[in-house]
Amino acid sequence: MSLELAANDGVAPTGAGLASSPLALRGMTVSYGQKPVVFSVDMTIAEGAMTAIIGPNGAGKSTLLKAALGIVSPLAGQVTVFGKPLAAERHRIAYVPQRASVDWDFPTRVIDVVLMGLYRELGLLQRIRGQHRDKAMACLERVGMAGFAERQIGQLSGGQQQRVFLARALAQEADLYLLDEPFAGVDAATEKAIIDVLKSLKDEGKTVVAVHHDLATVAEYFDRVFLVNTRKMAEGTVAEAFSAENLDRTYGGRLATGQIDQLDLVAG
Amino acid sequence: MTGAEFVPLSLTPLLIGVFAAVACALPGNFLVLRRQALIGDAISHVVLPGIVVAFLVTGVVAAVPMLLGAAAAAVVAVVMIEAIRRLGNIEPGAAMGLTFTTLFAAGVLLLEQSDTSGVHLDVEHALYGNLESLIWLDAMGWESLFDPVALAELPVELFRVAAALVGVSGFLWVCWRPLVVSTFDEGFAQTMGMRTNVIGMALVIVAAIAAVAAFDAVGSIIVIAMFICPPAAARLMTNRLSTQIAWSVGFAVLSAVLGYILAGYGPLWIGFDNAVSAAGMIATVSGVILALTALWGPCRKRLGAPAV
Repeated sequence: MSLELAANDGVAPTGAGLASSPLALRGMTVSYGQKPVVFSVDMTIAEGAMTAIIGPNGAGKSTLLKAALGIVSPLAGQVTVFGKPLAAERHRIAYVPQRASVDWDFPTRVIDVVLMGLYRELGLLQRIRGQHRDKAMACLERVGMAGFAERQIGQLSGGQQQRVFLARALAQEADLYLLDEPFAGVDAATEKAIIDVLKSLKDEGKTVVAVHHDLATVAEYFDRVFLVNTRKMAEGTVAEAFSAENLDRTYGGRLATGQIDQLDLVAG
Repeated sequence: MTGAEFVPLSLTPLLIGVFAAVACALPGNFLVLRRQALIGDAISHVVLPGIVVAFLVTGVVAAVPMLLGAAAAAVVAVVMIEAIRRLGNIEPGAAMGLTFTTLFAAGVLLLEQSDTSGVHLDVEHALYGNLESLIWLDAMGWESLFDPVALAELPVELFRVAAALVGVSGFLWVCWRPLVVSTFDEGFAQTMGMRTNVIGMALVIVAAIAAVAAFDAVGSIIVIAMFICPPAAARLMTNRLSTQIAWSVGFAVLSAVLGYILAGYGPLWIGFDNAVSAAGMIATVSGVILALTALWGPCRKRLGAPAV
């Protein structure tokens, strides 16, 4: 199938492709109870690119990320990160969970959340010093939240909370950034701030993978797409794989024709 | 009150009350934040049949068999909860409630039917302990604190709750960061390589150790109250976890001291003849503190209030 081959075109993985891919899943199958949520999915993320994971609600997008991170244990399947097992390269990954997945009433300040990203550096007992605070503040600066460092996290708007999560990921100084719906329910200013940061990460040669909902912004924000609905539906550059035909297959005809037309896609 | 009166009669019950209250309140902070406050309730109920069975098997009231009995009962409880949840297809909270009340009731029946008349083990003690009886008769006054002969006769419960308090504090000190991160954001904690299920299990075990040590001295009412009331009240005083922990320790100490004094002298002040249960009064004070902070605490937030 040409979609498989497409992985070597466009924004191509540098190096030896699969072997050194920042994130490669093979035969990933995850099930909650009886029904598989993700079934036999192969995914090869291209290094230095921004990839959107796209699919309808309940298609297993978040589960795919969580399986890649080892948060959910798969029934079957393998994860390799930069060509090595996940456990060996975990420190090169930063994860931004869905904003709604945590309790924002938790008694902690913005700066403390960002400092959580430095856990690997700090370990169990090392004291937090000026250099750690400076680094956390620099990350907050990058997402435009430096003025909120001392705020309790519950006092932030949804978009501000999302930016704090992104700052925490930046503090991890990873090579691969996995984001679960970073644009869900955020204001326009936040969306702009987040995409600017993600693009700057890409410019630094980092790899970005995001679960994404808004089909209208896919072409503008991302280089590559991975379409999933329990199974892999398509994978490749936006120009090749983000087609009306693939979307139609992925969403099972649930997208209105008008919606697809508005996307101004390449001919499927 | 003179030292000659205070030291033998009130010093050790007060210290035991304070240590037990703080030992339960410390892990309670995390249990409340994890919405697992029921676990404290659960542990203190399950402990009873475990301790009774340990007594029936060994014939003595001693720390090690009691701890083992309590631990075994906790395992039985966990298995029961899982079985009820799966076989009965019931939500976890209901399965927990069912298990703990049943096991506690079984403990009460066991206790009634067994010959425990010679030891401090009956339903009243299970509920509100025997704090007032943990006196230090060998003490003659403050100078006894430096008298090795008198010190040797300190109630053993004092050392047990003190050891539990040291253990709990040490655990929180060493595991502070993983506890905080995994309580706030479990998925993220896992991506940092933290074994969040191990951390969660360790927290429950530490809470169980505090509960068993405190249960022995002060009964289950204090245990249940101290796991929840001081941390919940402390949360309403601050938006920082480290400050919350400090407040919860303060509230636990205040509850224990004020509760002990009010139980001993309060009824006399208002014209009644007898003192009331110190355990009951300590728990009541902690509840009143929670009520006051819920009304006037600076960091209250209405449920569902929009973010500012």
